[in-house]
Amino acid sequence: MNNSNTRPTDWAAANKRNTVILGYWTAAWVGTMAVAAFGPRFIWDFATLPTILAVVVHLGIGLGMIMANGRYLQGLDELHKKIFLDAGSLTLGIGLVCGLSYELLENVNLISFEPEISHLVVLMCLTFLTGLILGHRKYQ
Amino acid sequence: MRNRLKVLRAERDWTQAKLASELEVSRQTVNAIEKGKFDPSLPLAFKAARLFGLSIEEIFQDEETC
Repeated sequence: MNNSNTRPTDWAAANKRNTVILGYWTAAWVGTMAVAAFGPRFIWDFATLPTILAVVVHLGIGLGMIMANGRYLQGLDELHKKIFLDAGSLTLGIGLVCGLSYELLENVNLISFEPEISHLVVLMCLTFLTGLILGHRKYQ
Repeated sequence: MRNRLKVLRAERDWTQAKLASELEVSRQTVNAIEKGKFDPSLPLAFKAARLFGLSIEEIFQDEETC
């Protein structure tokens, strides 16, 4: 059984610690994304080496965030894992279906602007958030 | 699936938070199991059985066989 060698109070503390660590990794990821996005234009005038470094660091921090998210997920109890999984599957489905349909709209000239990946990211974030809220309400 | 967690908890004068702490799950999870909204995994059911000193069948009952 998971966590069978830990004291009850350790489980809650470990869960809290995993959440804080994931928060730090996410903040670092957002920060390095800002540096990689705006640094070339406003700090080092599109010099190649710092741009490559910024992107590599951003990718590395992103991988760390993914691993931190995995540890966070493993630390959750089974109900919260289920809520997380349900929200994730909903997000994947809606992201895939709506993302491809959105791209198709431009291909068949139903919209005049280029589809932006950021729109899809916002949709996926809102879907995941909605899935989490619905999951928590379902098991209240 | 029906269960006697709420009764067993009340017999010991435990709160949901106390039981959740003993089972290493959240209070929301204990509440969902007690209300029959969520069926625990086999390892969690064994853990509850060990905690109360009972067999799994004495705590959890399949509704179709009741």
